[in-house]
Amino acid sequence: MNLAVKWQIFVSKMASEEYIILIFKGLKTTVKIAVFGLIIGIIIGTLVATVKVAPKYKLIVRILDKICAAYTAFFRGTPMVVQLLFAYYVILPLLGIKGVDAEIVGIITFGLNSGAYVSEIMRGGITSVDKGQFEAARALGLGYGTAMIKIVIPQAIKNIMPTLGNEFITLIKETSVLSFITVTDLFKAFKTIAEANRNYEYLIPYTILGLIYIVLVLIITLLVRIIEKIFAKSDRKAESPKKKAKEKVNS
Amino acid sequence: MNEQAIIQDENEIVLDVYGITKSFSDNHVLNGIDLTVRKGEVIVILGPSGCGKSTFLRCLNCLEDPTSGEIIFDGENLADMKVDINKHRRKIGMVFQNFNLFNNKTVLKNITLAPTHIALKELRAKKIKNFFIKIGNFFRKNKKELLIIEKTKKEIIKESNDNAYALLRRIGLEDKANEYPSTLSGGQKQRVAIIRALAMNPKVMLFDEPTSALDPEMVGEVLNLIKEVADDGMTMVIVTHEMGFAREVATRVIFMDEGVIGEQGTPSEVFDNPQNPRTKQFFNAIL
Repeated sequence: MNLAVKWQIFVSKMASEEYIILIFKGLKTTVKIAVFGLIIGIIIGTLVATVKVAPKYKLIVRILDKICAAYTAFFRGTPMVVQLLFAYYVILPLLGIKGVDAEIVGIITFGLNSGAYVSEIMRGGITSVDKGQFEAARALGLGYGTAMIKIVIPQAIKNIMPTLGNEFITLIKETSVLSFITVTDLFKAFKTIAEANRNYEYLIPYTILGLIYIVLVLIITLLVRIIEKIFAKSDRKAESPKKKAKEKVNS
Repeated sequence: MNEQAIIQDENEIVLDVYGITKSFSDNHVLNGIDLTVRKGEVIVILGPSGCGKSTFLRCLNCLEDPTSGEIIFDGENLADMKVDINKHRRKIGMVFQNFNLFNNKTVLKNITLAPTHIALKELRAKKIKNFFIKIGNFFRKNKKELLIIEKTKKEIIKESNDNAYALLRRIGLEDKANEYPSTLSGGQKQRVAIIRALAMNPKVMLFDEPTSALDPEMVGEVLNLIKEVADDGMTMVIVTHEMGFAREVATRVIFMDEGVIGEQGTPSEVFDNPQNPRTKQFFNAIL
């Protein structure tokens, strides 16, 4: 079969509206799970990282630290597919929970997985912030948590922006394993199209699938750049250009 | 020393330190230091590098936990882990060698952050208590009185902003209020750091080599501000290498060596007529 024929088959399949909807649905699911997974990941990761860098005087901190270490070891040590399958086919039946949307399971598992990676990224970010910033906050009588939340973590996040972007890109691509637990993501959508009408023609659908992933990743890269620039701007100048323009008019 | 000591003896004790030691594993940095700081005193600590001056200063507000010894401030021992150290640190201002202005906050926010945060926290605590008192009052025959809330959230924020602007005006950096610290020069940063500490109305201020990281031309402006604050009656403990400044501003000079106080007295006593051979050697080397 030559390329023209393959293309013909693909176009004839796409003539059906249902497949176009399927692609958009898959795209939405992919982005949704990656975004929510990252948000959960950042929250968990920040908390875990804070425990990891906390001084270990108190017993409770030492216990939490061990728990966090075990958590990181488990989620970094096993493949995402295993975690998803385990969550969906082992833990859910074990707890006797029925009727949970597979997407929810996906989001939670992605969040937990990402949290393990983000915690290490965040720990690096926190250690990269000058120790004096923390000391100055403590010397002013602010507590450990306040000093972390108001001073150290915002600066840490700024430092780790590029790496966080990387994590998001990984998540977007990893969503392709969601089909294991019956979620229709982007990959599953194209697989369905390729196998439609008992006509197993993979070349064109999978090529387009790859291109869509590339475009998604490029968009994320661009977004991260923009966010980085916004951070950098607030570092140099406090006044927004608008405000300055106003002042000029006034004077 | 005696004449000076008699005058100072009448003032109340701000900070009382007994037998402070500090070791980092096998490295004994401080070997038992006693110091009584009275209100209005300006104590300058001198000494060769590595003698533990900075460590001692950082022990005073427990940025370094002393290995043993007592630090009595406001009737409580700060070295005791059970004491709420945050409450006391609010009354002990600290100025660092590297300024340590918060890079992610504007100059104004740098100054108002801690006072506002603390006042708002207290306000929240009061409101929660009042809420429970109100619930309790439903069942009480003798109604319990509510805690008085003196200022609203808005008033707290406005007051600390006004205070910050007043302080900024004092050092002539009012126009920098909304700039980020990275736009300031070293001298400006350190002056902002000093008024940031002042904004908490501390009982004592600690200066950890405040001019060591500055360009020579900026040292003067910072020292002038410190002197101004000292003249207003602030109690201070200063670690510095600026001998001229030490002689001018200090009411007591302490020479530290190998983790103990080698010699102390009025500036003229220590500078002009040192008794300890190690002190003599130190001054010969630098003057």
